[in-house]
Amino acid sequence: MLAILRDLLRYNREFAAGTVLTAIVVGMAVLSAFSPYPPGDIYVVAPDLPPSWDHPFGTTSQGQDTFWLLTYALRNTLLFGFSVAILSRLISLLVGMLSGYKGGATDRVLMSINDTFIVMPLFPLLVLFYFVMRDDMTWALLALVMALLGWAYDARLIRSVMMSLRTREFTRTAVFSGMRTDQIVIREHMPYVLPIVFSTTLNNINWSIGLEVTLSVLGFTDIETPTVGTMIFWANQHSALVFGTWWWVVFPTLLVTVTFIGLFLLAVSMNEYIDPRSRLSRMGGGVA
Amino acid sequence: MSADLLSVERVTKVYARGGLFGRGAFRAVDGVSFALDADRPEIFAIVGESGSGKTTLSRMILNLVAPTAGAIRFRGQDVAHIRGGRARSAFMGAVQPIFQNPFEAFNPLKRIDRYLLMTARRFRGARGQEAERLADDALRKVGLSFAEVRGRFPHELSGGQLQRVAIARALIPGPALLVADEPVSMVDASLRMAIVSLFRALRDDLRVSIIYITHDLATAYYISDRIIIMQKGKVVESGDARAVLDNPQHPYSILLKESVLSPDTIGEGILGKRPPATVDAR
Amino acid sequence: MPAEATGQGAGPVLTVRNLRAYYQMRYFGIFREVRAVDDISLEIGRNEIYGLAGESSSGKTSFIKAIAAANRPPLNIVGGSVRYSFLDRDIFRLDPQTLAAVRWKHLGYIMQGSMNVLNPVRRIRESFVDFAFRHIGLPKAQFFALVAAHLERLHLPPDVLRAYPHELSGGMRQRVTIALATICRPEFIIADEPTTALDVVVQKGVLGMIREAQQEIGSSILFVTHDMAVHANMADRLGIMYAGRLVEEGPTRTIFAEPLHPYTAHLIQSLPRIGDLAPKKALGGAPPNLAEPPPGCRFHPRCPLAMDICRRETPALTTLAPGHRVACFAASPEVRPAPPDEDAGRADGREAALQPAEGR
Repeated sequence: MLAILRDLLRYNREFAAGTVLTAIVVGMAVLSAFSPYPPGDIYVVAPDLPPSWDHPFGTTSQGQDTFWLLTYALRNTLLFGFSVAILSRLISLLVGMLSGYKGGATDRVLMSINDTFIVMPLFPLLVLFYFVMRDDMTWALLALVMALLGWAYDARLIRSVMMSLRTREFTRTAVFSGMRTDQIVIREHMPYVLPIVFSTTLNNINWSIGLEVTLSVLGFTDIETPTVGTMIFWANQHSALVFGTWWWVVFPTLLVTVTFIGLFLLAVSMNEYIDPRSRLSRMGGGVA
Repeated sequence: MSADLLSVERVTKVYARGGLFGRGAFRAVDGVSFALDADRPEIFAIVGESGSGKTTLSRMILNLVAPTAGAIRFRGQDVAHIRGGRARSAFMGAVQPIFQNPFEAFNPLKRIDRYLLMTARRFRGARGQEAERLADDALRKVGLSFAEVRGRFPHELSGGQLQRVAIARALIPGPALLVADEPVSMVDASLRMAIVSLFRALRDDLRVSIIYITHDLATAYYISDRIIIMQKGKVVESGDARAVLDNPQHPYSILLKESVLSPDTIGEGILGKRPPATVDAR
Repeated sequence: MPAEATGQGAGPVLTVRNLRAYYQMRYFGIFREVRAVDDISLEIGRNEIYGLAGESSSGKTSFIKAIAAANRPPLNIVGGSVRYSFLDRDIFRLDPQTLAAVRWKHLGYIMQGSMNVLNPVRRIRESFVDFAFRHIGLPKAQFFALVAAHLERLHLPPDVLRAYPHELSGGMRQRVTIALATICRPEFIIADEPTTALDVVVQKGVLGMIREAQQEIGSSILFVTHDMAVHANMADRLGIMYAGRLVEEGPTRTIFAEPLHPYTAHLIQSLPRIGDLAPKKALGGAPPNLAEPPPGCRFHPRCPLAMDICRRETPALTTLAPGHRVACFAASPEVRPAPPDEDAGRADGREAALQPAEGR
């Protein structure tokens, strides 16, 4: 595994760049543990200071240090994206594999539910959800809701892969070797499905972070929890760009962009590496 | 009376064709009957072109598809009524398949030995050393050994070797019947006859009956005892393999035999007006 | 009619000299080289069907990709030349536009999967337009008259033009691709396992049609298949490939009557025939891995006649009788070792190996 990572870093530029960018973001999020200021406190430093050695990213109009606030924001945003991705991957894996392997009535029921989720308009639904919940809206609740909304596309993808795996001859060999269904699905088919899960995880993190930022900037989330989105929301509330406190908007925007690009590059390069076909040719097969 | 190993009784399989309300029906297999004797192992060839229903028939014998009408009995028991893990396992221990494409018969991402060991464990209750010994026994019957296969991935073996491993795996449970669907059509010519001859050895030495499904009349002639020729789901001719192929009676069997190209017709121009080999000297 | 096509002199249509095409792969620092086509020289004459026989991984597919300059990385041309009588230079030195213009017009293809040629959502008529219209350069009406006449000559019903590929049977689809490949009356046609996926009854008809079309337009065909029974009835001359090399070549009748290479002999001997119950001798082992071919003759680990020299030296393809070449030391003392592999000492020059020798 380490050797693979080393090879990837050495020979795959996308992967190297993605790793560096993601490392910057994750590193900042980790720094939140060493923050001198609790994230909820305001007026702990002089407000509206431009970037300087004392405050590298300046300070906000609420008297917070932008750098340290951003470390909390990034931590929460990443955790949010990660939770959504893990939860929704579990659902899509379960639905996709069950639907694809069982077929028949199971498949029809699951896929009609699946397609309902695909056609549902997400954004209005999430806004509506905010207006229903109002003050009860929490970070964790939003993550749960987005996970419930974010699995359907990938479940369909996994289902189609499973359907083609089910008809392949080696599946029948496995059946006649006496393997049970769960063994066949987990041992024989998982290696073909996991790459999809991995690459969609990174994309799903990006997707959920994007939606969270959008909702937060508009104020449709729990605005008391610092995330990259809510930071931009508060900056806008204080008309940061009009007042000239640009650093309050620019640094969160910059960091979230770095997150997007980093995760995207990782997804692309991992995809190429994990794909069973390319894995097979690295093992030395599949060549004329 | 029921000394039949396998009896196929007026079996028909109808597939619905078209939309949700089944506008049309397609009879893939149409009233096919034959029986294999339990005491006299034989190689029974089912010959036909694509669309003849031979593969559907083989899948019904393997209990992968249920017949629409008629019954397939294995040792007197209707295979469509086999339910539950234990009964299925007992059936699979006695009837094993060999598939067409040896490169697809094993998961390309998995080591091959695990299929052998798993089969030994499930059907013979063997683990560890004992399972390896059973696998080795089976591999030796096909001219390989466990040492040659241990830890190997499918792409590390040739098509001929893979097909031998597939046959060895099928032999581990000690089956009474092998169902081989086009087992050599994707194996290279230089390795093909070795596998075909292997079937004959299995019949004589292990007393395994083999259903050999093929489109190739020449190999069917070479190894089989009895033969049925299928066209569009129906059996058009059946009987002793040599007798049928030496002297086919049904027009379709005759056409089939005449269409087989043979090296004996070099230069007779059976494909075109001009006899070939006119530019011998360059 | 054939006179028109043979009007450019009597030399061969295709001349291949010392062609080498290797798969060269680099995965995260691991370099692999597979010598799929290794030093092949052959000529194909006018109005001739040249059969190329070989098993899987014998390199026959790579060979036809290479001679059509249709190879894509990782398959690179490492050395040698491929000249056609209708081209003024080596095919590897053509610019992409000229190459595109040459294909179909002078160089036709018949492939195994007809669905790869025929666009499934377009009628056959449109496929003819896509492939041939710009090559033929006639107004639409005359073009379709020509297509209709061509179909009629090949005994295809004119209705096929209005059909979609999926509405036709496999055999009919393959007939259509033959009509497509021959409509421009190319001088040279590459047929790659054209009947392998077809049933025997249909196969015979399709082979007959290829022969007929070939006689009708007087072109040469490189006919590739693993099926020796097809070669026996189809090919004028036959080349046998094993592990990336040509091991024997000669008139089909001679090859079948007196094969000189033990591999050829085995292929012919082991062919099953109706009415023949003689035991077939099996050949041990398996074709070699071309990434690490055995030293000397590549067939020696499986060869019943292997001698000491076979393990050290590669036999050169030697002419032993008029038109009959063989690469086997056991066949005749006249067979000498091939000159040492010019790039044998290159194993450490990995970077250099990645650069194709030809400027493509």
